[in-house]
Parts: sequence; structure tokens; C-alpha cells
Amino acid sequence: MKHRYALLALSALSPLTALAGPITEAEKQPLNLHAIGMFFVFVLGTLMITWWAARQTRSTSDFYTAGGGISGFQNGLAIAGDYMSAATLLGLSSLVFAKGYDGFVYTIGFFVGWPVITFLMAERLRNLGRFTFADIVSYRLDQTKIRTFAAFGSLTVVCCYLIVQMVGAGQLIKLLFGLDYQIAVVVVGILMLVYVIFGGMIATTWVQIIKAVLLLAGGTTLALMAMSQFGFSLETLAAKAVEVHRSGWNIMGPGSMLADPINAASLSLGLLFGIAGLPHILMRFFTVPNAKEARKSVFYATGFIGFFFLVVMVLGYSAIVIVGTDPQFFVGGDIKGALIGGGNMVAMHLAKAVGGNLFLGFLSAVAFATILAVVSGLALAGASAISHDLYATVIKKGQATEQQEMRVTRIATVGLGIIAICLGILFEKQNVAFLVGLTFGVAASTNFPVLILAMYWKGLTTRGALYGGFSGLICALTLVILSPAVWVTVLGHEKAIFPYDHPALFSMPLAFLVIMLVSHLDRSPRATLERAAYEDQFVRAQTGLGAAAASSH
Amino acid sequence: MSSNGTQHAQGYQHIRSNPKFQQLIKERARLAWSLTALVLGLYFLYMVVVAAAPGLLHTPLQDGSKLTMGIPVGATIIIFSWLMTGLYVRTANTRFDDLSKAVVEESQA
Repeated sequence: MKHRYALLALSALSPLTALAGPITEAEKQPLNLHAIGMFFVFVLGTLMITWWAARQTRSTSDFYTAGGGISGFQNGLAIAGDYMSAATLLGLSSLVFAKGYDGFVYTIGFFVGWPVITFLMAERLRNLGRFTFADIVSYRLDQTKIRTFAAFGSLTVVCCYLIVQMVGAGQLIKLLFGLDYQIAVVVVGILMLVYVIFGGMIATTWVQIIKAVLLLAGGTTLALMAMSQFGFSLETLAAKAVEVHRSGWNIMGPGSMLADPINAASLSLGLLFGIAGLPHILMRFFTVPNAKEARKSVFYATGFIGFFFLVVMVLGYSAIVIVGTDPQFFVGGDIKGALIGGGNMVAMHLAKAVGGNLFLGFLSAVAFATILAVVSGLALAGASAISHDLYATVIKKGQATEQQEMRVTRIATVGLGIIAICLGILFEKQNVAFLVGLTFGVAASTNFPVLILAMYWKGLTTRGALYGGFSGLICALTLVILSPAVWVTVLGHEKAIFPYDHPALFSMPLAFLVIMLVSHLDRSPRATLERAAYEDQFVRAQTGLGAAAASSH
Repeated sequence: MSSNGTQHAQGYQHIRSNPKFQQLIKERARLAWSLTALVLGLYFLYMVVVAAAPGLLHTPLQDGSKLTMGIPVGATIIIFSWLMTGLYVRTANTRFDDLSKAVVEESQA
């Protein structure tokens, strides 16, 4: 149980991951016309934006970074949108519903990474990067080797995450909309292709912004409607929740979920630093005109995320009273039994209980929109790693024209889309929970250490980055394979060799150690030049002098 | 990226010797690292209490109340660390950017 809830909690940032497991057994529901109608309106609106965005997208800079023309506030919403997923709403509210205060403890863990990104990373990312995070890492290191490595790291994260999204999407849509799994996966894949190929970053960002607004509005409305049943008094809510919950008074304080501190520490380390290694999040820092807007965007994003998390807490506690005592939401009407649709449907049931079928339809459409927005960002991040890092820099040695690079990006997007659809269908019956551990493990132990040391440590050399990065990658991969999620659940062994679900506590320090050791021992002439080049990079990181400017139109 | 680097190399060298630049990096580092330590310190302290002394967070706010200390404490961590990002962003967007602008202008003069 503990593992399952840890995964469920992790889903806060990894949209729909947790849903992938528990929902698998869910039955297809009758066609939900409200939901489909509202989703249709969303798709129509976003396709119009894509059409408009396509006319604005002329250069590679427009395509990858919306020409750097997104304002801090807009980008803040988009970042928040990348982070607040359908699963934040569903996974975390369900966690509070089941476990009470422990859910709150996890939520805070998902939040504190953002202030740290603001203080240490936002302005340096913007000042040093242009299209991908590899720009920053390869600033003073060997372009060919480092970009190959960074593209490899990005694509590993993007592909794992895409599969998780696709499987989650298929299951959730089957449940909420009553569509077939395969149809759901194909629809998500095709819409994603249309947004990215025609509208690039401009369309992807606006889809994300619209979805973030819908999710914030939907969540807040739901919380207000729920609270109105308690006279808007938290005291009344708490008293009723304690009265009806099977754990009673225990739901108001920390409980058993943190019984395994090492697993909890590894999870929170992976979360905290994994975000700072996710290519589709990092990419967002290049869409604003300068470091000032980059900082503002994390400030707004952090505010929206914090607010939304507090709203979700209210939803979880309200659901204990409103959903938890209503037999219509339980299998066979037994309130001691299982919830209809699995443990993650708490927020959806709450929507139905306080707002009826129409509101349930609205929230379902928002959940669908959320998946679309996130997969589009992922596809764009993957495509830019292929075209900008691998094709333009490694293969063409910087000699590719913009037209050639754009063509490769679009082909790469189609390729990623087809892969995502195929793997999504292939993995339908699989438990993909292990891919979450892998995504965050790789992001925190491969991309993050190399990126942060490239920005902050003069001594970093190409050799150190490669050895350390690959050690982190291999260690994370091995530990995930030996973890309960793969060794027991997928491979069917009795006992896991590595007892924790998340590798970050072990693989991330290893990566740092190897990078620093190998860099330190690196006596090659190239290494001396690389260390010397740090001074100039440092001036640019601090002042923004020479940073990529916004394109004018 | 690297061609960009060489282009500006001369200006960069000039900038490094500017005392205002030294002041900028010192002030920025001090603020950024203190705030990081503050937010992470607060979070880890909270986690230690959760693991070692959960009873503290389970204390009712007042006699007979079903709301516990944990609720306002948790909400405060979220709100406080958000306000700290506001503090950093405001300082960086005014004080640090002014300094940095002055440094760049002086280097080009």
C-alpha cells in the first residue's frame, strides 16, 4: 500500500502516472456527452490558436521558443500548467481523501523545488540558453559530445514520460468519456501532432495557458461549491471529516505514510531536482524575452502552483465528507468498499456531487485538455533535441539552414507522435508505474547534475560531464529495474533487490561524485581551456550580455 | 553559442575588473544562497518534525477544535516560500538589474 500511495503522490507532477495503475481495471463508462461537447469546444478553440500561431511561426526561434515573445505572466501560467496536471487534481485530492494530513506533507514536498529554481536557476537558464538546455551545458564544453549526451538524456526522459502520459490518457478518457482506449490514444496523438507541427512553441504555450486557466478556475469553483456545504468554515469541515473518516482524528496529523524515511527522502529528492532536469520544463525559460521576465514567470508560476495545491487540500478534505458518505459513488453502494472508477476519481465524484453532470463534464474536459497540453510540450522538447542538438549541431556541425532544421523538427515530431501512439497502445495492459521512477530518476541524476555544475562549477570538463552523466543514467536505470515496480510487479520475482521505488537518493550523489572526480583528474589541454572559459560564461550568466534576444515581430 | 562567446570575450574581461560587477555577484550570491538555505532549511525542519515529533503538528489549535497546528504550519510553508521568491525576484529585477545594466554600459563606454 505504501508504495502505491508514494506513486500516487508522485503523480502530482507527472500527469496521470498514478492513474495508469489503479485505473487499468476500470470499466468503460457510458458515453459522456457533456464532457465530449465541452472538450470539442476546447479543441476547436485551440485549433484556431494553432492556425493563428502557424502564421506567426517563420523562424526556428519562433518554432522552438515562440520567438522569445511570451511575457513573464503568460509564461508563469504555462509553467504552472506544465506542473499542475490532471493528476495533481485527481492524485493529490485522492491522497488526502484516503490519508488526510499525509497528503498535505507530500504536497509541500512537490512545492519547495520551485522557490529553489527561482533563486538558483531561472536567470542563468535564460541568460545562457537559446533553444534547449544542451545550449547551456555545451557552452564551454565539446559541442558534439555534450549535445549527443544531452539529446540522449532528453529523449530518454521524453519517451518514458510520453508513454506514461499516453497510457494514463487512454485509461482516463475511457473512464470519463466512455471512448475506446485505442481511439483515445490516437486522438491525443493526432491533436498533439497538429499543435506542434503547425503551431510550434506559440501554439503549445497558448494551449498550456488556456488549460492552466481552466484548471485553476475549475478547481477553485469546485472548492467553493464544496465549502459552501460547510458554511465556508474550515473548522466545520475538519470536525465533520474527523467524524466520518475511518481513521478519525488521525487524518488531522502526520501518520504512517512516512514510516519508511529512506523511500520518502529518495522520492522527495527525485521530485525536488527532477523538475530541474525535465527538458519540457527547462524549455519554458527560453520563451521569454530576458532574465527579468524569466524570474517573473517563476514567481507567478510558484504562486499559481501554491494556490492550486491549497485548493486541492480543501477538495480532499471536503470529499471525505461529501463523497465518502454517499453510497452512489461506491461499488455496490457500500461506503466501506471501493470507489467507482478506482481510487483516483475522488475529485470527479466531488464534482458530480456538488455540481451535477454538467460540472463533471466540464472537469473531465479540463482533464483531457491537460493531457494534450503536456504531451505537446513533451513532443516539442523531444523534437528540438533531435533537430537542434543532434541534426543541426552534431550532424551538420552548425551548417544547417533554418529551413532544413525546421523540416527535421517536423519530421522528428511526426516520428515521436507515431512512437507515442504505438507504445501507448502496446502498453495498454502494462503497469507503467516504473516509468515514473525512471523519468524522474534520469532527470535528477543525468540532466540536472550536469546542468547545475555547468552553470555553477568552473572545474567541469567534457570528460567529467560525460562519465558522471552516464554513471547517473546507468545507476538510475539499474536501480529502477531492481526496484519493486519492475522486479516484482513486471518481472514477477518475489522480492525486490533494491527495496525503494525511487533511485534519486543514490544515483544523484553518484553522478555528482563521478562528474567532480573525473573533471578534477582531467589533465587534457581541452579541459584547461574549458575551465578558463568559465569566466566569460559567468559574466554572461550574471549580466545577460550576449544572451539570445527576442526576435522582433 | 561559442562564437557568441568569443565575440564578447573582450567586453567580458573588461567587465570582470569592474568593482560594480564584483559587488553584483557578491550581493546576488549572498541573497540567492541565503534564501535557498532558508526555504530548504524550513522544509527539512518540517520533515524532521513530521518524522520525529508528529505529535507537535497534531495538537489542536485550541481546546475542542478539530483543526490542528499542522494545517496552518503547512500552509505557511507554501505561502512563505512563495513570498521569498517574490523578494528575490523584486531585488533581482530592480537592484541587481540596475547594477548589471550599469556594468554593461560602462564596459561599452
